[in-house]
Amino acid sequence: MVGGGLGGLWAALRAAENGYPVKLFSLFPVKRSHSCCAQGGINAVFDVKGQRDSIQQHIVDTIKGGDYLADQPPIKSMCEEAPGLIRAFDRMGVTFSRTPEGTMDQRLFGGVKNRRTCFAGATTGQQLLYAVDEQVRRFEADGKITKYEDWEFLSIVRDGNGTCRGIVAMNLQTMKLEAFRADAVILATGGLGLIWGRSTMSTNSTGAAAARVYQQGARFANGEFVQFHPTAIPGHDKNRLMSEACRGEGGRIWVPRNAGDQRDPVDIPEAERFYFLEEWYPAYGNTVPRDIASRAIVRVVRHMGLGVGGKEIAYLDLSHRPRRFLEDRLGGILEMYQTFTGEDPYTGPMKIFPSMHYSMGGILVDYEKDGTAGGMKHSSPRNHATTIPGLYACGECDSGYHGANRLGANSLLSASFSGRVAGDAVSAYLKTLKSTAADVPADSFTKELARQQEINRTITSSSGPENPFALHHALGEIMQEHVFVERDNAGLDKAVAGIRDLKDRFRRITLDDSGGWTNQSLSWARQIYDMIVLAEVIAQGARLRDECRGSHFKPEFELKVPPGKFAGDPEYEAYKAKWKANNEKWLKATVATWTPDGPQFEFKPVDLSVMAPEQPRDYR
Amino acid sequence: MPKEIAFKIKRQADPQSPSYWEEFVMPYSPGHNVVSALMYLREHPVNRAGQRVNPVAWDCNCMEEVCGACSMIVNGVPRQSCAALIDELEQPIVLEPLSKFPVVRDLVVDRTRMFTALGQVQAWVPIEGSYDIHVQAPRISPKEQSVRYLFSRCMTCGCCMEACPQYHGGSKFIGPAPLGQVYLHNAHPTGEFFREDRLHAIMQDGGITDCGNAQNCVQVCPKDIPLTTAIGELGRQTTVQWLKDVFCK
Repeated sequence: MVGGGLGGLWAALRAAENGYPVKLFSLFPVKRSHSCCAQGGINAVFDVKGQRDSIQQHIVDTIKGGDYLADQPPIKSMCEEAPGLIRAFDRMGVTFSRTPEGTMDQRLFGGVKNRRTCFAGATTGQQLLYAVDEQVRRFEADGKITKYEDWEFLSIVRDGNGTCRGIVAMNLQTMKLEAFRADAVILATGGLGLIWGRSTMSTNSTGAAAARVYQQGARFANGEFVQFHPTAIPGHDKNRLMSEACRGEGGRIWVPRNAGDQRDPVDIPEAERFYFLEEWYPAYGNTVPRDIASRAIVRVVRHMGLGVGGKEIAYLDLSHRPRRFLEDRLGGILEMYQTFTGEDPYTGPMKIFPSMHYSMGGILVDYEKDGTAGGMKHSSPRNHATTIPGLYACGECDSGYHGANRLGANSLLSASFSGRVAGDAVSAYLKTLKSTAADVPADSFTKELARQQEINRTITSSSGPENPFALHHALGEIMQEHVFVERDNAGLDKAVAGIRDLKDRFRRITLDDSGGWTNQSLSWARQIYDMIVLAEVIAQGARLRDECRGSHFKPEFELKVPPGKFAGDPEYEAYKAKWKANNEKWLKATVATWTPDGPQFEFKPVDLSVMAPEQPRDYR
Repeated sequence: MPKEIAFKIKRQADPQSPSYWEEFVMPYSPGHNVVSALMYLREHPVNRAGQRVNPVAWDCNCMEEVCGACSMIVNGVPRQSCAALIDELEQPIVLEPLSKFPVVRDLVVDRTRMFTALGQVQAWVPIEGSYDIHVQAPRISPKEQSVRYLFSRCMTCGCCMEACPQYHGGSKFIGPAPLGQVYLHNAHPTGEFFREDRLHAIMQDGGITDCGNAQNCVQVCPKDIPLTTAIGELGRQTTVQWLKDVFCK
């Protein structure tokens, strides 16, 4: 098991429950994993609020939220199993927020009309992560799971038939490399936000592990689909997230109507505030999906010139809500806002702007369809299998469930669900194995170990003018400028050229650190290279896709919804016909294969068997 | 506005080497915290004397005070360095690794002992399996939830351990944080079924009686967890348990 966030811990737990011994590798003690940053909640239909919510509606919202790009059988299974998964978390002792009668409370999130999100204050991810961490520690105490914390995954080891039979990892204290045999390997290594320099992600979310298996033959799908979260606090070191729960709990997004209005926001009267989401999308208002909200903010700030104080800032306002209510429901993150900005979110609006937040794309994974139920077949060894036999992937590093845009509070769900599925899938795979990793000749391991040692040697002995940290800034600038909320082909061409140039510059780096112990610069330099490799996949994927879908937005190819027209109006029907024609061409997953000369692309059809794409997304 | 940010950092090349102090200065810009400043320094690893040196090693991850990785002693106080804003600190800013754990390198320490303690006190709610048993977990009142929530936010960051005079390399004391977790799990309706096991675990050597009631833990906890309240309550529970063990065999 590589990775100890929510997905990795679930997979390890499930494999251990099935009776298999697990070695769990993580860059840091697993409790530090980025899952702890998830704030707002986790979706599951309980219909606590009597809104006639249904699992079917959760499925529909997720499929449409993702602009139909995700394979649908896994979505169906995920939504169906969500309530049972939450019940398991509840039994583990998660401190979910409660209704007066002691059942789980639910709040509203974006892209849906029903309150469907279970939550634990504003630290839901932390609470869920810790609950599974505790269960894993139970198995650790019994000797069934062994943790290798402060170890970095470098590569998989493949036997003569190409089957994955183990990994090579680096001890981040001693810097020693070691090969480990394994009958199967699961990757749950999270997101890749650091490719944008600053994102809402933790500093270890580089995507390097995914890049490494991609370079060893695993396919990478839908890289261009990246979620920009509309409400992050821009920062020096990272853009700190302000949960979508802020909007779910009544938060309103606005800018002053008059450009350059210098007044204190609390002195600006209602009539002079532009609540653009509420005006443009009256049906969903502030809780439109994230891609829509981010685009609207960019439009208001960059194209209409209405950014607060002329800067790239919009307001997220909760100050009209009662303090006591906010403390209960959002206390944790409002405190965080206050800590890092020194401003009081209870009495005035918060300053936010979109930021890279989540990668819908990732390592291509398979599933076996259940012919009768229409979902995923339970415990099939094909579920979450990558294109390399014996290698599995789950959590954010895989490409499932979210298509072209992820709905809020579906990520804790997909991380947990996919982890559990992967644990079961690997268990099924292990039963089919005719030989074990112990039977594989040592040769495969020594060769891969030597290859990795050679990479380290090359980096540490390289001397040139380039600094790996500066290369990271350069990469972030390229991605921020050209592969952001709005994209165009000229910019993407520049991005691809710039990224290739960085690859070349990487050959001339010098490590500033000569230390033989906990050499963080060496580890970082390796990750930089891998980030550059994935950036190329992402930027080129974006360049190839000449359409707008979910988070991928190229204005040049936008099919505009006729304003004020709805189903039945001839103008709308004409738009819908164009939309369908576009789907014929583009409703396909982008799949990248590594070659020494850069990624090669093909397009793969999407399984639309649960809900045919008959209705364009429309949140007006 | 100050022109520069000055640091004095306690450094150590590896677990065996002696420690030493090194000073750094960097240009001032507003909005920095200790971690973002360290990021600048690793890109420009030059000490105050102008010598190129190995960059300072430290741990961080979430950058928003929820992961517990970046604990260090900042101007004498153990805290999360990502949330230590430069504008609120007296300069030179003195950074030291937590002193109660073995140093790995510079500001990086090995806090394995804290995680081991969580195993010793059985800080979990035993469940039959992680699959759905189609039964709702017991109901919990909003009030009980809010009390447990105070404790469930413990990041195992180690600040309370650092501040505790009873917790050090020479003592067996498990420290305040694991005791808070015993309280948390004993307060859960089904976790409570295994209350005695956890109480027995903290009635052994290195358990609750090693607490000297200095009350430093609660002062430094970045999450304001009422650790002393938990320890007081567990003191009462273990006394009752002791009497039960003696008289109700």
